[in-house]
Amino acid sequence: MGKYIIKKLILLIITLLITSFVIFLIFELVPGDPAVDKLGTRATPEAVEALRVKWGLDKPFILRYFQFVTSVFTLDFGVSYTYGISVSNLLKEKMVINLFLSVMSLMIVVVVSFPLGVYVAKHTGGLIDKIMIPLNQTAMSIPSFVLGLLITFLFGMVFKLFRPGGYVSYKADFGGFLYFLIFPAVALAIPKIAMCIRLLRGNILEEADKDYSLTAYARGNNTTGLLYRHVLKNAVMPTITFIGMIAADMICSGIVIEQVFSIPGLGQMLISSISTRDFPVVEAEVLMIALFIMVISFITDVIHAILDPRVRI
Amino acid sequence: MKKLRTLVLFSLLALTTVLCACTDDKAKNTDSITIGIAQDIDESLDPHKMVAAGTKEIFFNVFEGLVKPDSDGNIVPAVAQSVEVSEDKLSYTFKLRDGIKFHDGKAVTIEDLEYSINKFAGRSGSEPVSSAFSNITEVNVVSNDTIEIKLEKPDSAFLSYLASVEAAIIPKNNADPDNVCIGTGPYKYVSRTPLQNVVFEKFDDYWGEGGNIKNVTFKICTNPDTIAMELEGGTLDMCIHLTKGQKNELANSDFKIYEGTMNLVQALYLNHDFEPFKDIYVRKAMNYVVSSEEVMDFVSDGYGTKIGTSIYPNFGKYYDETLSSVYDYDLEAAKECMAQSAYPDGFNMTITVPSNYDQHVDTAQVLKNELAQIGINAEIQKVDWDTWISDVYLGRKYESTVIGVDAANLSANALLSRFTSDASDNFTNYSNLSYDEAYKAAVDSFTDEDATANYKKCASILNSDAANVYIQDLPDFVALNKAFEGYTFYPLYVMDLTKIKAVK
Repeated sequence: MGKYIIKKLILLIITLLITSFVIFLIFELVPGDPAVDKLGTRATPEAVEALRVKWGLDKPFILRYFQFVTSVFTLDFGVSYTYGISVSNLLKEKMVINLFLSVMSLMIVVVVSFPLGVYVAKHTGGLIDKIMIPLNQTAMSIPSFVLGLLITFLFGMVFKLFRPGGYVSYKADFGGFLYFLIFPAVALAIPKIAMCIRLLRGNILEEADKDYSLTAYARGNNTTGLLYRHVLKNAVMPTITFIGMIAADMICSGIVIEQVFSIPGLGQMLISSISTRDFPVVEAEVLMIALFIMVISFITDVIHAILDPRVRI
Repeated sequence: MKKLRTLVLFSLLALTTVLCACTDDKAKNTDSITIGIAQDIDESLDPHKMVAAGTKEIFFNVFEGLVKPDSDGNIVPAVAQSVEVSEDKLSYTFKLRDGIKFHDGKAVTIEDLEYSINKFAGRSGSEPVSSAFSNITEVNVVSNDTIEIKLEKPDSAFLSYLASVEAAIIPKNNADPDNVCIGTGPYKYVSRTPLQNVVFEKFDDYWGEGGNIKNVTFKICTNPDTIAMELEGGTLDMCIHLTKGQKNELANSDFKIYEGTMNLVQALYLNHDFEPFKDIYVRKAMNYVVSSEEVMDFVSDGYGTKIGTSIYPNFGKYYDETLSSVYDYDLEAAKECMAQSAYPDGFNMTITVPSNYDQHVDTAQVLKNELAQIGINAEIQKVDWDTWISDVYLGRKYESTVIGVDAANLSANALLSRFTSDASDNFTNYSNLSYDEAYKAAVDSFTDEDATANYKKCASILNSDAANVYIQDLPDFVALNKAFEGYTFYPLYVMDLTKIKAVK
């Protein structure tokens, strides 16, 4: 087990290095100068040059990349060009927002889809199942941001359960912050719930057809006992992988949902820092997102390895 | 039994939803207003370092210069109570306003004036905020309420430079103007949260009439698609610079739409280093074939003001309305000009346009179709804003571009200086000897009448030489909740909060 984890960790670091290099390279190649952006069109060339020197942009590419990599290990991402405060401080708050959004959304997915999935599998062909199939298809095919707009319209404008765009900072009012995040979290969760139910239902039905289920019946188990004691354990494995993938995807989908709900999270920060060529922020942020996704897939792998010893080989 | 339980649960759920919907909004609180702005403010809170137009636009309420513009474009006294200009126009004497205070409660002293002037004019080691201030030769404290500024040569536009936010008066003892924001304006700065908001509060000790609303929050709304929803949902009370689409979405709502102009010169700017544009017949043909009306119809439902040169109507005395109709749409004249040019069969060109400005992208689309009528095959190239700045504006590596050029202050050279042959910001590479002469004559003019006449001559040269394809001053829409009233447009890019008040 230890060896397995170490192997995965080394892979993770290599992937991060490659990712960071690609990010760095991309921003080296796109046109646009952060110093000009900052000082405006009426700035003198001397002032622009002075700022470039101050930010170290006059140094060669490889040297800057090397500095960036070393700075990552000390968790110091430098100072944002646009805001003049340290990138870590700037991103800390945004990370909290996105973390809560993702975790809430993930919880909704798990809490709703597991019981529903099992129920639907158990009552295949029943009324609920018949309703769920087309409903699932619809929920899966609507993108999160469209759902976000629908939710804003319905719950924000018609029922007035929340104020569209009325995000409250968690520092000001933690309860209000959580309450506001429920709506984007639901928008994020709905398509994933549909996918989860479908996956779980399919897996359970597949497992239930296998020989060991028949044996279990023969041994005197009833349907409920068979389902919970034998089938579920096997059927849940692919779903856990899937939940891991969802968790990673939550951060990326969250970027879109943020726009719809006007949440000042990582996504808005990313978009605005790309357009102002705020390199330290963009690089730190993309790296964080990459790291987040990799850590989650790492955790999923480890859970898998624990649950299913065959994976470790 | 089971069915009953489900039924009860469902009806409970429905009931809660309906009940929640019934809780009506409390009566609108008119002590506070939330205003949507499209972008975050600059990093530095030092007015002398402010760059972005959107930052200066709102800090107009926090900072004041010795003088400031009013909504008609006149220059009125602000921190200075009065201004005296000497006979030879080389000396300006300002008298400090009695009892005027900074936001921290301290009185404004003559030392603060001296410090501020030296700072923004670049006389204390820093960069001058505008090259126009290098004209200052001396700053003399005459008495404890009088200060004198001496110039090297007369400049009829000197006071309009002093009226900008960049020439604000700030306290001398503020050690950290980048982060501690102290001015003399009707509103004081309270706080900011990056990408979220900027908060102002009414300054009670303001020397003038001051604001009517106590708390002002500027909410940063980077996503244009949700603005209408946020306005209708009550998160925003006001939003500036709405697009045509957003305006139409709000048509049947609690909002009053104010219509003004953006104070920009929108044109198809031509790079005069591009071979076909060196030919005056080509430029004239393009001017004839482009119909400003068609652009306005397509881009902004017919709103907008047609212009014919690099001066927009709010520039009052410098604006000559007749120029806007010189190149009314005339396909025959355009074809004739093309036939006389070196390119009777047309040519290929590229219109580079910043993709973040919908109105310019839409305009380029209309232009492409119009130019096709005289055999010019225009290709549209969309670039992001930073690329536009570095390649088009600074690098001058483009053939033509659609953009709106604004004015830093209310003097005509804010718009006209860039077309002199050796101007550092002459991104069109325009070069015309008679223009340079007329411009120099205007700057050197002794009287305002002479200066105005010469500036008007400059503007008319740009028109007769068909320097660029001038289109319009774009319309600007502001939505304000009907609980408030009084939004007033300025001839400059500023928002005056003091004009907004609650409807009684």
